[in-house]
Amino acid sequence: MLLSLAIWVPILAGVLVLWAGDQRPQLLRWLALIGAIAGFLVTIPLWTRFNVDTSAMQFVELRPWIERFNIRYHLGVDGLSLIFVLLNSFITILVVIAGWTVVETRASQYFAAFLIMSGLLNGVFSALDAILFYVFFEGTLIPMFIIIGIWGGPNRVYAAVKFFLYTLFGSLLMLIALLYLYNKSGGSFAILDWHKLPLPLDVQIALFFGFVFAFAVKVPMWPVHTWLPDAHTEAPTGGSVVLAAILLKLGAYGFVRFSLPILPDASHHLAWLMVALSLVAIVYIGLVTLVQTDMKKLIAYSSISHMGFVTLGFFLFNAYGVEGGLVQMISHGFVSAAMFLCVGVMYDRMHTRAIADYGGVVNTMPKFASFMMLFAMANSGLPATSGFVGEFMVIMGAMRVNFWLAFAAATTMVLGAAYTLWMYKRVIFGAVANDHVKKLTDLNQREFLVLALLAAAVLWMGTYPLPFTEVMHSSVNDLLKHLATAKQ
Amino acid sequence: MNPVGIALLNHIPAAPEVVLLVGACALMIFDLYVKDEGRRVTYAAAQALLALCAAITLYVFLRMILRLPEGQGGGYYVERYYLFNGLFVIDALAHLLKLVCYIAVSVALVYSRSYLLERGLLRPEFLTLLLFSLLGMMVLISANSFLTVYLGLELMSLCLYALVALNRDSATSTEAAMKYFVLGALSSGLLLYGMSMIYGATGTLTLTEVAQHVTRQAGSAADRSFLVFGVVFVVAGLAFKIGVVPFHMWIPDVYHGASTPVTLVISSGPKVAAFAMAVRMLVNGLPALAPDWQQMLALLAILSIALGNITAIAQSNLKRMLAYSAIAHMGFMLLGLLSGWTGGNWLNRIDAYSASLFYMVVYTAMTLGSFGMLLFLSHAGFECENLDDLKGLNRRHPWYAFLMMLIMFSLAGVPPTAGFYAKLAVFQAAVAADHVWLAVVAVLLSLVGAFYYLRIVKLVYFDEPVGTTPVRPQPAAQVVLSLNGLFLLVFGILPQSLMAMCVLAVARL
Repeated sequence: MLLSLAIWVPILAGVLVLWAGDQRPQLLRWLALIGAIAGFLVTIPLWTRFNVDTSAMQFVELRPWIERFNIRYHLGVDGLSLIFVLLNSFITILVVIAGWTVVETRASQYFAAFLIMSGLLNGVFSALDAILFYVFFEGTLIPMFIIIGIWGGPNRVYAAVKFFLYTLFGSLLMLIALLYLYNKSGGSFAILDWHKLPLPLDVQIALFFGFVFAFAVKVPMWPVHTWLPDAHTEAPTGGSVVLAAILLKLGAYGFVRFSLPILPDASHHLAWLMVALSLVAIVYIGLVTLVQTDMKKLIAYSSISHMGFVTLGFFLFNAYGVEGGLVQMISHGFVSAAMFLCVGVMYDRMHTRAIADYGGVVNTMPKFASFMMLFAMANSGLPATSGFVGEFMVIMGAMRVNFWLAFAAATTMVLGAAYTLWMYKRVIFGAVANDHVKKLTDLNQREFLVLALLAAAVLWMGTYPLPFTEVMHSSVNDLLKHLATAKQ
Repeated sequence: MNPVGIALLNHIPAAPEVVLLVGACALMIFDLYVKDEGRRVTYAAAQALLALCAAITLYVFLRMILRLPEGQGGGYYVERYYLFNGLFVIDALAHLLKLVCYIAVSVALVYSRSYLLERGLLRPEFLTLLLFSLLGMMVLISANSFLTVYLGLELMSLCLYALVALNRDSATSTEAAMKYFVLGALSSGLLLYGMSMIYGATGTLTLTEVAQHVTRQAGSAADRSFLVFGVVFVVAGLAFKIGVVPFHMWIPDVYHGASTPVTLVISSGPKVAAFAMAVRMLVNGLPALAPDWQQMLALLAILSIALGNITAIAQSNLKRMLAYSAIAHMGFMLLGLLSGWTGGNWLNRIDAYSASLFYMVVYTAMTLGSFGMLLFLSHAGFECENLDDLKGLNRRHPWYAFLMMLIMFSLAGVPPTAGFYAKLAVFQAAVAADHVWLAVVAVLLSLVGAFYYLRIVKLVYFDEPVGTTPVRPQPAAQVVLSLNGLFLLVFGILPQSLMAMCVLAVARL
């Protein structure tokens, strides 16, 4: 019941907000906030009542849905998915607060889109039926498409359509893979049944490519990442936050839920390819990030580079790698959300994202500068921030496989620090660049609250990651055990 | 009861056709004595007639649903009945498709009423021709003989030719009607040629008997090649009526040239009837030749999906765009129809044909909704038919913008809309029949298709409105259009009942 609430409470709140209309903006905002908070509150029992000693699915709900194809409304979470439900519900609150006064045109549609998307995303993370998963996975495209297209920047239409078509391309191939598995398994869409389904290697490889496009586009992995910088740059702040913090995680989650357990032999067989693509993302995209002149684009590229760590970790097939990848996903959820919010704070005042238009912001916005300092450090993976934990674990995992692999991955520590801190220096430090910067006002209470919440999360996870990793242990160990046995 | 009474009772399944025929004739005569102001009465009478037919069909349908004996796992089934010496068949498929046709025609009337009134086109001819073409569709749906197939087809088509030319002062309309007529006559000729060959080989016109003869003869190579030759022409004729590549030329011109209400009619009911014709002739009449006609359909399907989706991108006229989209959608529908016979058995037939049927029903709802929206946004002196006319609809009417978005995402096959399950079902049928590559190609081409549907959502949501002309309130059309849009959403979330209905309809083909 709890998972259903986590899905449907935000969606119903969204419909309610839509129905309330734009006539009374104040009422509308409070309604959206209450909806978002209610959506978060119903996920808290998931965390407190979660049993960390088992890798089995918990809070399972199972009802027939479309008997014609044996499609079931089957929900459940394990250590791999639980935290993302919480993360998503938490981020939704921040997005609503961050958009409080910023969005003036068609505010009801704006808040409703985010609330509905939040519910759909919870659905993706808790679906255990492949078609249910697919419906939620695709369903999230519609609100995001609308968000980028209506409230985005000048080139928003191009970005929105590109985002939609890229993702649709991947997921349509996945749909064929799902249908193939349905027929092979004798008419079942249950993901957990598929985990046990024996498949010959060549079929596994074909299916692996069916899945890989869907998930790689979403992660995004090099070379199918090109939609992301466009989508991020054009999306409104809230859109960028959800895109970076949650939507990118869908792809990585897809790997651990579908590709690895259903196709273990193909995963081993093609690990070299995935590792190579991840390294390209880490190193090459890291270099590309260095030369960006637009702050949002810079953070977008740094997201690709950080997500490279996640996929690298998954395809190392050891506990450090997989757990490190998951931790990195959560950490990136906090850090990238915070970075985009920081850029949003400046953009709301200056209406430009170009690094060259800034300089000396610390003089006028000291509180903001300190927050951004923390997030910049976390983005470059400084110890005691959440960014460090995941990257360190993945590098440890890589070390067990091959020294040079670990060496290549570790370059991100240098590159990440370089591009983040260099941007920070150019924007925040130095002399006051122009009159616009001189007129800047520091954070208001609303912005302070949002950034403070994220700062607390980043520091908590950086200093005491046990609560996060503890949840994953059993599920990750089970996954690795499953991966170690061939199923051809 | 006396023998005449029993004979009458036995013919009750054909009652809707009789009622419609009598009603349409009465309406035609009645209309002669009605002044223009009284047109509302005839309109209401036509709607009432449709409701009556629907009620009779529904009644007969419900009476014919039987429970399977416990030994066979329970569940329901519907027997087949043959009337008029095997000329006329009545089964679950016929009932369901007839109901879809009534609804399509009735909804089309609701949508077009004020459009026609404003332009003075709500003439008696319109209603009568529409009802007679509906009668043609019903005969076609229940046809069990080459004769009835041809009778129904021509009754339906001739009325439609005249309907396209209804706006006789418009040059494009008359040109479209001319094209439609010439190409339609040609396709009827092809169909007749194919039928006569099969008749020559089997010596019978009744489809059920044709099936038995063909099954016997398919073994010998000489007979088989003769039959296949006939099948080629039958398939070509069918392809014309369904509107798939390479027999699609008439579709864009007719959709574009006809006035929008007529386009709405042509794009819904007749397609359903053409689908029924394909099922009757190929599945019921020529099952033993399935390996042959399935190959032909596969080629038609892929070509249609490719050409329809790619050409639609280049269109700036909405009606033309939807015409190409219709071509692509019929290609998708064929994916189900060509997956019934696989690996030497018929195990996949229920899955395959119910998928096609489901696609057809959902597509009818989508096409009604999209052309209905065009009619709804048109008003006196303004035709909403270019892409730019939809700009900024969200600013003007958020609710209709939302409905339009639903329809477009459903056409593109994005969940949670009914269009997604329609695609899912046909892809599943194709994959189950080991046509994995066909499914992959179709899926990639549906991505191409998504682009132009997205463009409409973009126009509706992202662009600034150009005109500020308000939409005239048309209460009935508003309600029906909303229901139409919500149909796609509701059956996108809970499609089970409709799917079960489709399975029931094809279970005993």
